[in-house]
Amino acid sequence: MSEKQHSHDLPFWRKYIFSLDHKVIGIQYGITGLLFLFFGFCLMMLMRWQLAYPGQPLPVIGNLFSERMMVGGIMLPEFYNQLGAMHGTIMVFLGVVPLAVGGFGNYLVPLQIGAPDMAFPKLNMMSYWVYFLGGVAMIASFFLPEGAAQSGWTSYPPLANIAASGQTVWLIGMVFLITSSLLGSINFIVTIVQLRAEGLSFFRLPFFVWAQFVTSFLLLLAFPPLEAAGVLQLMDRLAGTSFFMPSGLVVAGKALEVSGGGNPLLWQHLFWFLAHPEVYVLILPAMGIVAEVFATNTRKPIYGYKSMVCSVIFLGFMSFIVWAHHMFLTGMSAKMSSFFQITTMIISIPSVILLTALALSLWGGSIRFSTPMLFAIAFLPMFGIGGLTGLPLGLAASDIHLHDTYYVIGHFHYVVAPGTIFALFAGVYHWYPKVTGRKMSEILGKIHFFLSIVLINGVFMPMFILGLAGVSRRLYDQMQFAHAQPTQPLNVFMSVCAWLLGLAQIPFIINIFGSLIWGKKVDNNPWEATTLEWAAPSPPPHGNFDAVPEVYRGPYEYSVPGQKHDFWPQNMAKEN
Amino acid sequence: MTDNPEEIKKHVKVYITVFAALAFLTVLTVAASYLKLPLVPAILVALFIASLKAGLVAGFFMHLLSEKQVIISILAVTVFFFVVLMLLPALSSSSLYVS
Amino acid sequence: MSDNGIRYISKPHPVTGVTNSKLGIWCFLASEVMLFGGLFSAYVLLRASAPSWPHGSDLLNVPLATLNTLVLITSSVTMVMAWASLALKDFSKYKRYMAATILLALVFLAVKSVEYAHKFEHHHFPSTNTFYAIYFTLTGLHGLHVLGGVVVNTYFLFPGSALWKKDPEQFKGRIECAGLYWHFVDLVWIFLFPVLYLL
Repeated sequence: MSEKQHSHDLPFWRKYIFSLDHKVIGIQYGITGLLFLFFGFCLMMLMRWQLAYPGQPLPVIGNLFSERMMVGGIMLPEFYNQLGAMHGTIMVFLGVVPLAVGGFGNYLVPLQIGAPDMAFPKLNMMSYWVYFLGGVAMIASFFLPEGAAQSGWTSYPPLANIAASGQTVWLIGMVFLITSSLLGSINFIVTIVQLRAEGLSFFRLPFFVWAQFVTSFLLLLAFPPLEAAGVLQLMDRLAGTSFFMPSGLVVAGKALEVSGGGNPLLWQHLFWFLAHPEVYVLILPAMGIVAEVFATNTRKPIYGYKSMVCSVIFLGFMSFIVWAHHMFLTGMSAKMSSFFQITTMIISIPSVILLTALALSLWGGSIRFSTPMLFAIAFLPMFGIGGLTGLPLGLAASDIHLHDTYYVIGHFHYVVAPGTIFALFAGVYHWYPKVTGRKMSEILGKIHFFLSIVLINGVFMPMFILGLAGVSRRLYDQMQFAHAQPTQPLNVFMSVCAWLLGLAQIPFIINIFGSLIWGKKVDNNPWEATTLEWAAPSPPPHGNFDAVPEVYRGPYEYSVPGQKHDFWPQNMAKEN
Repeated sequence: MTDNPEEIKKHVKVYITVFAALAFLTVLTVAASYLKLPLVPAILVALFIASLKAGLVAGFFMHLLSEKQVIISILAVTVFFFVVLMLLPALSSSSLYVS
Repeated sequence: MSDNGIRYISKPHPVTGVTNSKLGIWCFLASEVMLFGGLFSAYVLLRASAPSWPHGSDLLNVPLATLNTLVLITSSVTMVMAWASLALKDFSKYKRYMAATILLALVFLAVKSVEYAHKFEHHHFPSTNTFYAIYFTLTGLHGLHVLGGVVVNTYFLFPGSALWKKDPEQFKGRIECAGLYWHFVDLVWIFLFPVLYLL
């Protein structure tokens, strides 16, 4: 006798709030992630005012901010630093990863492997709520007397150790977020290993699932050292320990009353041990999405699928041994920097293989230039620019000049913003019909795309110029430095592009909500795609499939000679 | 893991033996500390005995000696990255840093 | 198979040979290896770069910690015996061994509290120096893990044990997983003890 109620018997709060269904949890992650992306974007738009017009009062909304943030509408340097630290933290940990892994991963992985749900539904639900609590903590920190964390998303001691209480809340928030990630990664690994449908061998998995699988290992094994470091920094701040405080520190003329004997580099090593694999957590799901969108919209298999799988595994492995390329300027010896330069150069090989395989997947395809395809195609050159600008940073000789300049900011934003986030947009347009049963508007989608691709380059391309001119990052006002003054006008251009880019997201927001009502209704497989999620109804019911599907072929059997249709679904027993 | 009662009873005998070995090794490691060896040999002895104890717990109590390939593989990858993590302090040691 | 159709909860997967929870708990333990690894790494770095470092035996109570080591090892034995009792379908023996495990864990925590109290009385705090900082942090985090184990094991001794009647295979699997976690906690202490107290 089943004690578990069928989903239509569940009360509202158990069906939609504390649901155990991976699809509901995926949507929760998706909506929350998108909201945090929006919030992080707003933080940036505020920063860009100060950058474009240093010391000028912010018109209209400047008066809405408290005296601790803006005086007479003029941004205080402490608030600028809070915006910087929290923009980074929120975008990486509350926005992109929850959307890419918690949102897309949670929703699609069980469907694409033909499973009824994730292996541990209760753990899945817990992961989301722990993430939610971490997010609440992070946002709440803005309302502390001295505001939110303001020592960069990297929280380097000794500065972070002696910073105001917002830093403690940041650390507590990070403990929650790391815990959420760990629980989630266990779920993904077990689900993918154990719950694949009959006939779905590892090399028949969609590349998206492989990307999520490797990402989960990165989250599982790389996050704990940062959790350890977070505990150590909390001990330094709350229990007066000196894990990261060297002896003899003097602050504002007064010697600090700590025991000393600590090492700030310990934090940097532990932090970057996670944070480097973390950037691959940011990019791998995006590559997975691009692969799926490409296969569907070129009507041909992904080029070099096996090479891509081997590359993504190798990439994941290498990502653990490159971290000190973030630390070239800490005084390390040539021996040590040589090691990390070599591993960093080696890791570019699988990245290039992945990008090249995706690019070659376009060759000879019958390309449908739909909105998701436009975003996915744009991912290639944008990630390419991001990747290429990483090379002078990964080589110590050039990094000495470029470290901690705007060049770095340009580099990593290119990979994450017109890189990952464009891929996430592609994913939203591509899978919206599966999730809601309706298509998004192509007109609004194309407006969103064309405005975004132009404006986002306007925001980030000039940063390389600023960086090469030696303008440091995290500056409240670059006019204070003679060498930085000539490039100040570029800030105005970048800020205007950023604000317009914000406006350019309005068609997207309207599209997401409006299509729920006005979107064209679709059946199971509106894109005529081959992977298993398209075998389920749109949206899929609780349990996804009537029976465990059986898989007969690989994930990208498009345009197979001799078939009547140009796609051959994985689970179709007969000819198509 | 087999459910055969005879097999389980054999395993129980093994558990008791392992317990005795662990107790003995504990006494041994404390005794070794009274030798007041210089630092490096003391570390090597202590870690060696600890590794033996850990191996017994992992191999017999956690059944790793008879565990399936998928779990051994995950642990092998973990051990590799654990070693990298333990080498991290060596990277910060003064001899590798320019003063 | 559960009501929501998820397979391999009680019966192992035909190819991998493990249940979902067995694989899951090992993944969790892998992450715990990296967590304590981060702290051990910090210990090595701090000690190696310190101009001088005290002998653990001079500052800490070795006899008490030796007792605690034996207590924890014994609790590992009782834990695996609890699982073995279930395999032999002896539920009352399981309850006795599980209760013993919990009691031994509480003894461990009690001894630790005595140690901590003694340190605090003599004004030795985490803030005193880096030795005490890493000592309190490492043993503190380990102690929290012991406490977590006590909570889980108590759940499986009382309310959770109802599953034995409904699905003995699944319950035995859960106790095996709880056992794996518990042995890991023992494992960490096996390294913590010599590193902090004897070197």
